[in-house]
Amino acid sequence: MQTQIPELQARDVGFRYKGHQALKSINLDIAAKQITAIIGPSGCGKSTLLRIFNRIYSEYPGLEASGEILMDGENILDPKYSLSRLRSTIGMVFQKPVPFPMSIADNVAYGIRHHERLSRVELQDRVEQALRGAALWDEVKDKLNQSALGLSGGQQQRLCIARTIALRPRVLLLDEPTSALDPISTARIEQLLAELKQEFTVVIVTHNMQQAARCSDVTAFMYLGELIEVDKTDKIFTKPDRKQTEDYITGRFG
Amino acid sequence: MHIDAYLYRKRRIKNGLALIFGSAAAVLGLGFLAWILGTTLIKGVSALSPALFVEMTPPPGAADGGLANALFGSVLITLLATAIGAPIGILAGLWLAEYARHSKLGLVVRFVNDILLSAPSIVIGLFIYTAVVVTLNQYSGGSLGFSGFAGSLALAMLVVPVVTRTTDEMMQLQPPAMREAALALGIPQWKVTLQILLRAARAGVVTGVLLSIARITGETAPLLFTAFGNQYWNADVLKPMATVPVTIFQFAMSPFENWQHLAWAGALLLTLFVLLLNLSSRFFFRNRDSK
Repeated sequence: MQTQIPELQARDVGFRYKGHQALKSINLDIAAKQITAIIGPSGCGKSTLLRIFNRIYSEYPGLEASGEILMDGENILDPKYSLSRLRSTIGMVFQKPVPFPMSIADNVAYGIRHHERLSRVELQDRVEQALRGAALWDEVKDKLNQSALGLSGGQQQRLCIARTIALRPRVLLLDEPTSALDPISTARIEQLLAELKQEFTVVIVTHNMQQAARCSDVTAFMYLGELIEVDKTDKIFTKPDRKQTEDYITGRFG
Repeated sequence: MHIDAYLYRKRRIKNGLALIFGSAAAVLGLGFLAWILGTTLIKGVSALSPALFVEMTPPPGAADGGLANALFGSVLITLLATAIGAPIGILAGLWLAEYARHSKLGLVVRFVNDILLSAPSIVIGLFIYTAVVVTLNQYSGGSLGFSGFAGSLALAMLVVPVVTRTTDEMMQLQPPAMREAALALGIPQWKVTLQILLRAARAGVVTGVLLSIARITGETAPLLFTAFGNQYWNADVLKPMATVPVTIFQFAMSPFENWQHLAWAGALLLTLFVLLLNLSSRFFFRNRDSK
């Protein structure tokens, strides 16, 4: 499919939750500097899979992932792989925009301050870059010291993206990032995705098939905890190989 | 559609009865509150004078006098109790909400805290009396015993469960997405808890502390055999100390008229202070998101 080396390689990834097998032997390559969309009906495990990529699942007791996910030949699921390193390399944006209770600038600077020791000027620079990268700079440059809670929902979500890319990760995981937003804010985020792709590998989980079709290069279809089919987005939406994929995208179930 | 007149009338009567009982209960409750506040206000205002704040509690039979030593003692003991109890309560609440939310130990601690929350304050006073007052007295050869500090410890034990409970609840109200978003930046849990979640919950936590101060301000029983009381000015927390509630308790039942007046004045000051605390905590909580 792709000739370049994949950024992430999921190998036989499984997931158990209180004895229930939520994911079964997922094998998926995430192409570098491409947008990979994961689609599928509710409960198919698409968010679960995404939450394994940065091990955020491990914050809760009773959840268990198996198999391996390789990045530069190292298995990021290995407990010895530092969470701090993993999460500054693979960032995540969630469904609900949640600014931290601090100023707009501090929201972006917070993560950088934790990982890097920078001078004030360097830090301001990085904050500006991140906000520009998230297409938010022009709207907030005059109120950087105001509370982030005063921003609109769409702005808050772009702030969350800025906060994540401020750490200069290689991969961005987006978990239904527009499902809480109005159509105009959604359109802005979708435009932004195309720009983010220049710099980052993007994996987006979406329940909105049109969004996957519009924005992604590669689409993976999941159903009942299994990866049914993964291919170039054009192909998935025009002539998928599997009957289940076709049924889903034509709206016969799901 | 046909409306049954009988059913309709029955519902009207039920509605009327419910309204009458409900209103009567509200009027009864508020009536007593107004009565209490009214009496305190009338009797207290007539006893207010600048002397209250400068003169000491008078000896039996002496004229006039004030509450200066008791007011000072109350303020100091309350501040000390809050300084001891609030940090413990906040840390315990953080632990319950962030580190032990689903664990068995967390459930046990939460349950025990709820028991402590409703423990009779006189029992806590007795406990501190035995554990601190008597012990100190033995080990110091009788030179130490009742003290303002022991009073603070007793009141701190009342502060802890209130603050623990409110902190726990306020932290649990924070959206899980905020916790995850911070963790996803590679921030360790203690930092997420202290710098992000506690910050988001701070208005609620401060409200809990203010309410706990309101709770201990009027406590008398735990101070009777800890801080004891003192007729004179005393700023040494290791010595017996006068407090407003204990002074009210002693003076209100005395046969001396000026003592009774002072008790009413003290009661009014206490009531006004608690009222102010409650109002300010409401104000604080309401403005929590505007900052």
